[in-house]
Amino acid sequence: MSAVLSQLLLGLINGSFYALLSLGLALIFGLMKIVNFAHGALYMLGAFAAWLLYDKAGLGYVPGLLLAPLAIGLLSAGIEIALIRRLRQLDPLYGLLLTFGLALLIQAAMTLQYGSSGLPYPVPAFLVGAEDLGFMFLPRYRAWVIAVSVVVCAAVWLVVEKTRLGSTLRAAAENPRLCEAFGVAVPRLITATYAFGGALAAFAGVLAAPIYQVSPLMGADLIIVVFAVVAVGGLGSIGGSIVTGFALGIAEGFTKVFYPQASTTVIFVIMALVLLVRPRGLFGRTA
Amino acid sequence: MIRRIAILTIFTMISAAMPACSKSEPGQGGEAKPGEAKPGEAKPGDGSQAAQPASGAAVADAAAIRIGVLNDMSGLYADLAGQGSVEAARMAVEDAGGAIGGKAIAVISGDHRNKPDVGSAVARRWFENEAVDVIVDVPTSSVALAVNEVTRGQNRVFLASGPAAAELTGSACSPNTVHWTYDTWALANGTGREVVRSGGKTWFFITADYAFGQALERDVTAVVLMSGGKVVGGVRHPLNNNDFSSFLMQAQGSKAEVIGLANAGGDTINTIKQASEFGLGKGGQKLAGLLVFLSDVHALGLDVAGGLQLTSPFYWDRDDATRAWSKKFAERHGGRMPTMVHAGVYAAVRHYLNVVAELGDEGDGRAVVAAMKRIPTDDPLFGKGTIDPNGRKRHPMYLYQVKRPNESKGPWDYYQLVREIPADQAFQAPAETGCALVK
Repeated sequence: MSAVLSQLLLGLINGSFYALLSLGLALIFGLMKIVNFAHGALYMLGAFAAWLLYDKAGLGYVPGLLLAPLAIGLLSAGIEIALIRRLRQLDPLYGLLLTFGLALLIQAAMTLQYGSSGLPYPVPAFLVGAEDLGFMFLPRYRAWVIAVSVVVCAAVWLVVEKTRLGSTLRAAAENPRLCEAFGVAVPRLITATYAFGGALAAFAGVLAAPIYQVSPLMGADLIIVVFAVVAVGGLGSIGGSIVTGFALGIAEGFTKVFYPQASTTVIFVIMALVLLVRPRGLFGRTA
Repeated sequence: MIRRIAILTIFTMISAAMPACSKSEPGQGGEAKPGEAKPGEAKPGDGSQAAQPASGAAVADAAAIRIGVLNDMSGLYADLAGQGSVEAARMAVEDAGGAIGGKAIAVISGDHRNKPDVGSAVARRWFENEAVDVIVDVPTSSVALAVNEVTRGQNRVFLASGPAAAELTGSACSPNTVHWTYDTWALANGTGREVVRSGGKTWFFITADYAFGQALERDVTAVVLMSGGKVVGGVRHPLNNNDFSSFLMQAQGSKAEVIGLANAGGDTINTIKQASEFGLGKGGQKLAGLLVFLSDVHALGLDVAGGLQLTSPFYWDRDDATRAWSKKFAERHGGRMPTMVHAGVYAAVRHYLNVVAELGDEGDGRAVVAAMKRIPTDDPLFGKGTIDPNGRKRHPMYLYQVKRPNESKGPWDYYQLVREIPADQAFQAPAETGCALVK
């Protein structure tokens, strides 16, 4: 029983990252109909931004957690305005190719500069240590990751589903032309959404920095799994991507106990099964 | 405009997504010109320098000696081998004067992405179409075992520096292969034995689930059992795993005295880092990194890595000769000091070129390797040594302990010598390896 509980918690931690990343992807896809392959690279850049702030400017974890997403959000806005916007009239495939190319470029440039082994980022002093929960030894930092992710995911979900801004966003996703006729600056909304998605990815990156190495490969390792999460949850479904993110994290955690060799593939097996039964994903709406 | 961006993107993708096609840019002034690798001409860090024409190369370069460095250029083992191995091979070529008896020596490189199918495809293409005489390095044991067979079939030469699996000189031994730097038996006999000797009797393994991890676990298990210890459990994880918390938790639950890490590179780094997060050392359990490279220690930082023990035949700061060579290497490699894999590539290529110069012919791989075994080795990094009949290069191994932050005097001052393991004890006796070449 205690083993089950502890694996549940560990799964939730990985699920936190999946949820944060797939949430951003779902937002971007919902509005822009672009599969943002650069998401993993933005996540990685977020971690690097935090590392640079720490190493070069002496700024600690909390400023990093705020400033790094801001910086990557601005960068994402730049990417959207300079590149992605130009592909709007074309087949979504072009957007996919563009973002995929960008991801490879960013990753290769960072590997060239920093190597592949990554850089160490310390756990912030106020979260060092671990709690003995009886059934497991839970590092405080991991508990923090779960808490912060749940709060952020819930906040984003509330904003999208319950506020006026959210309803504008959903309206623009549904019918951009009509929305524009009502006086909504849709292009600006798109830029803001992409920037926000990028900032969320960077936020997840900063959260991940003390757990994993800050490495140019960290995004590429994660992003494919996150795409599977999005596919299972249903493309463009905000709530779906959050729930699926946490759920698949847990599924992966359990696999690590019962058949660790399959732990990197289990999510794809689930994806295949779900898509067979429900091609639009668990929470996807029919168009 | 848009179309152009799209087309550019596709080009970027193709070139980035297919590093397996080696780092060369065919057609860009293409052929490996004689003297390409002459001293002073090679640009450090310039991956594209390795010229590798797609076709017609065999004709153009039949007269040249072609060295192919095949390793992980972009993944979790890129720092311990990668571009540094190419640099090391170039240094050996330059030290040989860039040519032997009028034949130019060219160094080309390729990325096997840790996949046996990719690695053997590149090896076959190099041998069949591009007149490559010798393949060097090849970390990732599963890929190395595949390349070992391709090389045997084509009767060329394979100088292994990166891989660990002792099978290369055991059940899979080949008259075309020399295994230079280290192997799983030597690691087990070094770090494994030392940990058992210092009281670690019960073991739990966290093992990378492929040829290397399995071989290392097997060899360390043998040492543990022989010394009266016991293996109480283990877990096998996929290569390039990110999150080790679940496995660490199982290790913690096993109550084993020692948690042996039979993985490498990025996997080892993440395991050690997360182990310290979970406070594994504090409960009296000891973490034993069975294969630790200098690049891993550098990436972890001494705060986390301090106190780890490791086995290596090479450390840059061991003596004047290694220091001099390593400083030269670091200047060309972005200030990064060489790992034992880089050192092994240099020494192996150097010995190969010496032997080819003496033979006057590089065409018959078996004859070259036989001569490499006959002629004793001598280089500034590993000293004088020999190559066993099974292809095992024999030199001393050293047991090091990673310094703690307050013991380190500056950048890259990482290792403290614990003990030297003499050459005759460092590697398995050829007769015990099960290699068919040993009678």
